[in-house]
Amino acid sequence: MSSSFRTHKGPRGFWPALPALILLGVFFLFPVLRMLGYSVEAGNLDWYAKALGEGLYLQVFWNTFEIAIFVTFFCLLLGYPLGFLIATTTPFWATMGFIFVLLPLWTSVLVRTYAWMVLLGRNGVFNRLLMDGGVIADPLPLLHNLTGVLIGMVHVLLPYMVLPIYGAVKRLDPAVVAAAEGLGASSWRIFWRIYLPLTLNGIFAGSVIVFVLALGFFITPALLGGGRVMMIAVLIEQQVRETLNWPFAAALSAVLLASTLAVYALAQRFMRPAATS
Amino acid sequence: MERLDAEEVSSAELRVEDVSKRFGQVAALDHVSLLVERGELLTILGPSGSGKTTLLKVVAGFEAPDSGRVTVDGVEITVRPPAKRDIGMVFQNYALFPHLSVRRNVAFPLEMRDVARAEIDRRVTDALGLVELAGYDERLPRQLSGGQQQRVALARAIVFNPRLLLLDEPFGALDRKLRETMQLEVRRLQRRLGLTTIFITHDQEEALVLSDRVAVMNKGAIQQIATTTEIYERPASDFVADFVGESNIFHGIAGAGGIVVLEGGRTLRVARALAAGRKVGVLIRPERFAVTVANQFAGEVIEAIYLGSSFKLRLRTGDGLSVIVRQPARGKLPVVGEHVSVGIEPDEIHVFEL
Repeated sequence: MSSSFRTHKGPRGFWPALPALILLGVFFLFPVLRMLGYSVEAGNLDWYAKALGEGLYLQVFWNTFEIAIFVTFFCLLLGYPLGFLIATTTPFWATMGFIFVLLPLWTSVLVRTYAWMVLLGRNGVFNRLLMDGGVIADPLPLLHNLTGVLIGMVHVLLPYMVLPIYGAVKRLDPAVVAAAEGLGASSWRIFWRIYLPLTLNGIFAGSVIVFVLALGFFITPALLGGGRVMMIAVLIEQQVRETLNWPFAAALSAVLLASTLAVYALAQRFMRPAATS
Repeated sequence: MERLDAEEVSSAELRVEDVSKRFGQVAALDHVSLLVERGELLTILGPSGSGKTTLLKVVAGFEAPDSGRVTVDGVEITVRPPAKRDIGMVFQNYALFPHLSVRRNVAFPLEMRDVARAEIDRRVTDALGLVELAGYDERLPRQLSGGQQQRVALARAIVFNPRLLLLDEPFGALDRKLRETMQLEVRRLQRRLGLTTIFITHDQEEALVLSDRVAVMNKGAIQQIATTTEIYERPASDFVADFVGESNIFHGIAGAGGIVVLEGGRTLRVARALAAGRKVGVLIRPERFAVTVANQFAGEVIEAIYLGSSFKLRLRTGDGLSVIVRQPARGKLPVVGEHVSVGIEPDEIHVFEL
C-alpha cells in the first residue's frame, strides 16, 4: 500500500535540534576534544603507551571490565525476574514495584552510597543483626572490598536493567503466550521458547546500559571500595587530584571513552538483527 | 495432503452444561448449555459483551467457570489447563510467534508433544500444503500478508489433530474479498477434516455463510440455537430477528382465524393459527415483499438506497409504521417522496410469541 502522507525529511527536520546541538558542542564536544589535546600535548603517544603498556594500569582496566561484567550479571539475575513480575502483575503491585525500582533512581548516588556504608560497615546494620542473632561471631568484611563495591553498584544500576526488561515483557502480546499455552506448552517451555527469545532485546539493551555505566563508575567504587578496589575512573581521579598528571589522566580517559564506544558499536551490531516487531 | 485426512477421527463432541461466570456484578455467562456434535461447525453469534468470548475462553481453558461443566466426548475438562486440552485455536489477531518462521510456528504444537523430528517434518509439510502455503516455510510472520498469516494460524491449530477447533473472530482484520475467500476455505477444510468447530463472530452474514448451526447469544445467555435457515426464517425472539439480517418487526395481538392485529390497528393475515388474544411479534424480511394484493402496505418513500444488485426503501405508512423493503434493482427505481405500495403473502410472515 502506498501512503500519501508526507514525511518531513532532510534539513527541515534538523533545525529544531540546533539549540541542543550547540549546547552539546560547547559543553561536551569542546571539553572532550580539549581533554584529548592534553593527552598528546608532548607531541607523542607516550602517555597512551604508559596507559596500555604498563602491567599496573592494564590491571586496572581489566579490573574495571571484570567488575562491570559482574555487575551486569547480577543486575540481570535480579532485574529479569523483577521486570517480568512488574510487567505481568496486577496494576496495584506494578505501581508498588515501580515505586521501589524508581525511587532509588531519584535519589543522589552519593546519598545511596553513604547509606550502604552505614549498612555494610564492620559495625553496620547487617553485621549487627547477624552477630546479635548469633549467626556469625565476627563481622563479615562487606565494606572496603569487592563485595561492597558490587553490592553498591548493582543497587545503583538495577533500575537501568529492570526498565528495558519491563518494557520488553510489556510489549509482548498476551495472546501469543495464550496461544503457546493452548498449543500444549508447559510454563517452563513458554518461558524458554516464547518469553526469553521475545524479550532478548530488553535483556540486551539493559545489559549494555548497565555495562557501559559500570565502566565509568566513580563514586560508589571510590567510597565502598575504600581505595582498595581500583577502577579506571578512580585511577583517573587520582591522577587529576593527587599526582596532578593531567596528560596521563586524559590518556586514560580517552582509552575509557574508546572502550565505551567500542562496546556500543558491538552492541549495535548484535541488536539490529535481533530486533523484532 | 492425503495423510492428514486419514489421520482424522480424533474429532470430538463438546458439551457445555449449565455454565455460569460472573465478573463482579456482570453475568458474562448465565446458565449456558450447548452441544456441539462431532464434525459440526457451530457459530456463536452475538454483539460485543454478549459473553461469546468468555464462553470460548471457558471451552479453551483460559477462564474457569463459576459453575457448570464442560465435557469433551463425555470426559470432564472444566478445570483442565489449556495445555492439556488438545484444542486448536485461531486467535483474533492470529497470535503467531513473531520470532519463529512459518515452519517453526506450525511445528510448535508438535514439538510441545515431543513428536519425533521426521514425523514433525512430514506433518508440518502436510499442514502447510493443506492451507496452500507450501514454499513459505522460512518466512517470518511479519513478512506475510494478513491472509497468509491467518493460514499459518490455521495450519498451526490443526496440525496436531486437535479434538476441537476454536475460531475467535478470525476474519475481522481481512478486507471483504479476502474474507469471503478465507471463509469458504476454512469451511472446506473443516468439512474435509471433519473437525468439530466453534466459530465466534459478531457478523451475522459470516455466521450464515459458514455454519451448520448458529447459537445467538445476548447478555450472557443463548437466545436460540438452530440451523442457519431456521435462525433467519424463524427467529425465536425480537433480539434474534433484529440481530440476524434486516428486518421489520411489529408487535401485536393474535386474533381468531390467522390474523394479527398490530399495535397501530392494522390487521395482517398470517399463515399460522394462534390462540386469540396472545401477544405476538411479527417479522417481515425486507426482500419478501412482492407485488400482491395480500397485506398491503402503502406509504411515502422517505429513504431510497441504491445497492447495485438491489435497492432498499424505507416507507412511512398512513398508520405510522416504518417499513424497510428490499427488491432486486430492475427498471425505474422509486424516489423519495413518491407513494408506493407493496404487499406480503401470509406465509412469508413469521409470527413469534412474546
